[in-house]
Amino acid sequence: MKAFTTLTGVAAPLPMANVDTDKIIAARFLKTIKRSGLGKNLFADMRYKADGSENPDFVLNQEPYRQAEILIAYENFGCGSSREHAPWALLDFGIRCVIAPDFADIFHGNSFKNGILPIKLPREICEKLMEDAKMGSNARISIDLERQVVVRPNGEEIPFEVDPFRRHCLLNGLDDIGQTLQHAPSIDDYEAKRRAAAPWLFA
Amino acid sequence: MAEKPRTLFDKIWDAHVVETLEDGTSLLYIDRHLIHEVTSPQAFEGLRAAGRKLRRPDATIGVVDHNVPTSADRLTAVNEPESALQIATLEKNVVEFGVPYIPLDDVRQGIVHVIGPEQGLSLPGMTLVCGDSHTSTHGALGALAFGIGTSEVEHVMATQTLLQKPAKNMRVTVNGTLPAGCTAKDIVLAIIGKIGTAGGTGHVIEFAGEAIRALDMAGRMTVCNMSIEAGARAGMVAPDQTTFDYVQGRPFAPKGEAWDRAVAWWSSLPSDAGAVFDKEVTLDAATIVPQVTWGTSPEDVLPITATVPDPASATDETRRAQMQRMVDYMGLVPGQKLTDVKVDVVFIGSCTNSRIEDVRAAAAVAQGRRVAPGVRAMVVPGSGLVKQQAEQEGLDKILLDAGFEWREAGCSMCLGMNPDKLTPGQRCASTSNRNFEGRQGPGGRTHLLSPAMAAAAAVTGHLADVRELV
Repeated sequence: MKAFTTLTGVAAPLPMANVDTDKIIAARFLKTIKRSGLGKNLFADMRYKADGSENPDFVLNQEPYRQAEILIAYENFGCGSSREHAPWALLDFGIRCVIAPDFADIFHGNSFKNGILPIKLPREICEKLMEDAKMGSNARISIDLERQVVVRPNGEEIPFEVDPFRRHCLLNGLDDIGQTLQHAPSIDDYEAKRRAAAPWLFA
Repeated sequence: MAEKPRTLFDKIWDAHVVETLEDGTSLLYIDRHLIHEVTSPQAFEGLRAAGRKLRRPDATIGVVDHNVPTSADRLTAVNEPESALQIATLEKNVVEFGVPYIPLDDVRQGIVHVIGPEQGLSLPGMTLVCGDSHTSTHGALGALAFGIGTSEVEHVMATQTLLQKPAKNMRVTVNGTLPAGCTAKDIVLAIIGKIGTAGGTGHVIEFAGEAIRALDMAGRMTVCNMSIEAGARAGMVAPDQTTFDYVQGRPFAPKGEAWDRAVAWWSSLPSDAGAVFDKEVTLDAATIVPQVTWGTSPEDVLPITATVPDPASATDETRRAQMQRMVDYMGLVPGQKLTDVKVDVVFIGSCTNSRIEDVRAAAAVAQGRRVAPGVRAMVVPGSGLVKQQAEQEGLDKILLDAGFEWREAGCSMCLGMNPDKLTPGQRCASTSNRNFEGRQGPGGRTHLLSPAMAAAAAVTGHLADVRELV
């Protein structure tokens, strides 16, 4: 996983609540056995017309948002399915950070595991960032994960909370499995006890 | 000192903590892992790349469901190449990693969330995960069951654990008796309408109360299935005699002395008196009217007796814009009676409503009636065994005589990733779980409702109040 330390870039405004995972990446694009290449189908039903041409009204089809690395949205971002194809598609497009008032749980967890930082900020602050984002390339937003601040184009710093373990993993680009396997003896012990207490769960 | 009263969730959580790390993250042991073709290929690839083994093949089982056609000729017909590749990849992976597998030509094949309980793979008190958000279904047995992403699928394969922080406890109590014509689906849609699609975020919901206790296991599964639609991490119902009667004798259920030990433990799991919930919601079942969604989020649900809402009535601009987008997408007119909304397609199936009880409910409405002209109505059983049972009961005949299609088991038209999908603009009365834009196919319009209500829509040609037909 690519480490996430600081990021300065264009933020795309997506002023919608309940952006669900079917919107982010529709099920018909999940027929892949790879993690890469999903970016072209990110938000496909909003981004393309029925004939496959780009919908010029959709934000990611406009300059400078084709280069967006940050997405600003409203409540309950990523609701719906557990598909990790949603963060894969965002990442493949180039999005490394999503800022919203809140996130659906599974999407929130999946993002961290792919080097995407989801930042929860109150609605009124998201509204300000939405206005910043609408200014396009004149208004780059910075994220500093070490210091846990979002820096607005006017220099104002907005602190944010993040789970310390997730922050540690992101800053260092650490995958979970390697870390968990350091606890293999504990898993062995637990498994032995579990086998004795609930033998019907073991073949 | 007496022990602190604990919830059902707390007890199962505590019994599965391998180790708690410094910052409060726990390594949670996973008893059962269900895998399917769509969210597992990248996880197997990750194991292979790192040279890791799958820790407990005996706790894992694979099945194909999302991508498979549901037509009668599906074993010989040519599938879409990408779907065929995903299925072939799973079949190769289960052999390489030694995972038990239920192939497409096995009568037990079906939707992963239908076959888990059916086979006794899902049991009270266990932790169960699957790379699918509707894994919450299995909570109906009194298990802690939740959906995970593919990175976590790989994590469970490699370590049989997940890194988790405990969820908060929420209890939804449904008191009273459900009126005739209303079902578990109406209960859960009414709950989502009340608390919203983020109402359960960060929480595990325990469903309790007289109306939940009165549900059979299929009904409890329908309710728990849609807890993710309320944003909850999982949904659960405390195990009771209904649960034990359902589980006993199933192929993977404990037997003999192990059964007695298991029941003794399971009986200790219901929440203690005085256990504290972070959030409590109460509903009176007697006030529930058959529900149907009008918008493109499951929270946008109304009694069938209602009219399409007017975006102008919204209290803020974001909501007004959202409602306008939904009304436009759905092709509805504010003020229109829901019972005047004509349908093109009726889909009875999905992990929410494809069990034998659901097929019976649809057949009871269909009996002696005909699918309205111009409507395509399909019934897709959740597993080969549900199909077999329905055919033994003659339900297939009732449905076929009424003009319904009777298909093979699979996810079918729930999610638009197999040949069963809507075409742009088509309107569907669907027993599935999500009415998102494009969910059942690009441009498709979905109204969520119960199997009985779906059958009522099929025979009348429009959204209809099933209470007028029974």
